[in-house]
Amino acid sequence: MVDFDAIVVGAGPAGSAAALELARAGRSVCLIERGPFPGSKNMYGGVVYGRILDTLIPKWWEEMPVQRWVTRRATMLLTGDQALTVDYRSERWGAPPYNGATAYRPDFDSWLADKAVDAGAVLVCSTTVTGLLRDGERVVGVATDRPDGDLTADVVIACDGVNSFLAKEAGLYTDVSAENYTVGVKETIALPREVIDERFGVRGDHGVDYEIMGCTGDVPGGGFIYTNADTLAVGLVLSLPALAAGGRRPEELLADMKAHPAIAPMVEGGEVKEYSAHVIPEAGFDMMPELIADGLLVAGDAAAMCLAAGIWLEGVNFAIGSGAAAGRASARAIQRGDTSSAGLAGYRSRLESSFVLADHRKLRLAPHLVMGDLAQQKLPALVCGVAEGMFRVDNPDPKPGLRRIVRREMKANGVKWRDAVRDGWRAMRTFG
Amino acid sequence: MSEYPELSFETRMESVEFRIDADRAHITVDDTKCRDCSVRGCIVACPADLFVPMADGGILFNYENCFECGTCYLVCNEEGAITWSYPEGGHGVVFHRS
Repeated sequence: MVDFDAIVVGAGPAGSAAALELARAGRSVCLIERGPFPGSKNMYGGVVYGRILDTLIPKWWEEMPVQRWVTRRATMLLTGDQALTVDYRSERWGAPPYNGATAYRPDFDSWLADKAVDAGAVLVCSTTVTGLLRDGERVVGVATDRPDGDLTADVVIACDGVNSFLAKEAGLYTDVSAENYTVGVKETIALPREVIDERFGVRGDHGVDYEIMGCTGDVPGGGFIYTNADTLAVGLVLSLPALAAGGRRPEELLADMKAHPAIAPMVEGGEVKEYSAHVIPEAGFDMMPELIADGLLVAGDAAAMCLAAGIWLEGVNFAIGSGAAAGRASARAIQRGDTSSAGLAGYRSRLESSFVLADHRKLRLAPHLVMGDLAQQKLPALVCGVAEGMFRVDNPDPKPGLRRIVRREMKANGVKWRDAVRDGWRAMRTFG
Repeated sequence: MSEYPELSFETRMESVEFRIDADRAHITVDDTKCRDCSVRGCIVACPADLFVPMADGGILFNYENCFECGTCYLVCNEEGAITWSYPEGGHGVVFHRS
């Protein structure tokens, strides 16, 4: 006799979605969280895209713990003293079903875990899973750090986050290379609500999402600013090998971004309420582990399902999508009495037919493009240079014309036509 | 310069709650391997600044104020120099506004 039909490790969005689906299918499920409450170990940039919740929680927007609804999305390219921003705003995103929302992860993750508990899942916090229990090759449960803490189940779903010691223990990752990871560091800065409204040009519960390139020095990466109700989330995402090889620490690079003339007026003042850091699986499709073993599924960041594709920075939705698929596939497999990898194969097909693997497959080149030398070291200066050339009035000289400006700026920034065409073509194929 | 001076690293870390496990370090460092390491990426990359180079070529580390992010073992150049696991359940970093 097993202790539970299923054990889900990690009460982040992937784990809670999995546990919710299992409980709703009438299965006994134990959701194990190592933090004192769900979300206490979790950190992200700051935006949840909620439409994946439509099928799980009708009218989720009426109860989800939201800081602000994102109605402005801006992408900013910086050099030392220039900035070019593409700034889109839509009032439609400020009404149901909305688009993105800023939220604190401890609030959001606890809310989603409560949904699983309401459906019948057993949530056990402050408990670290220390390893897998096996019968031969087959996973039959988990060991925990509680006294007599072994628990058995027909299926274990590893939603144990980016470091997933369970997926590694099961041999599902063939190669764990620092190149595939970034580290995010973030300050949560308190400012009065009215000050945020004024600085960012929003009202009520509307908010802003800034993504920033050219703000990380020699380290490939990017920056972000998100508005919460009465705080800002200000941070950087930094490529691990370059960070480790460079001379500057994460908080120093963050201080540099905050001091930039285009950023400082938005973020200065206020008190840092919390500093946080977390590793991100950056390389998408190409770094994903095997997702299925006998008695074991992997979902969310544990399966590297975070989408870091430049203009799209998503993770919580992929975690929920994959977790829910894992929950449904295992409920089905348990019902049929076959939780071997063949019996659990429905997980893979569910992911393939949903955005989770469709987006990742389509955008598999995006992380390489976005973190590549052209986008990171040359594009911001090139684009700012072109804008400078277009908008500067150099009388008595006549206007130079766009083609001449582009040629001049490409030369000045060491961008070869060959490379621009190659990456442009790849970008078209990837994003088009 | 800015009228808002950058906060000290100490003040920065005081903004974070850590429920420290006094009984067990979840990071261990095999210092003999660090002496042969020319990269020492952990020193600059660890967001919590937990790795400190020693005059004798070794590395001093502290596990208490760890974000549990995993950066250190991922950037570690010497096989097995950093062993890293999660703290005991309920211990370690606790985020509230992340």
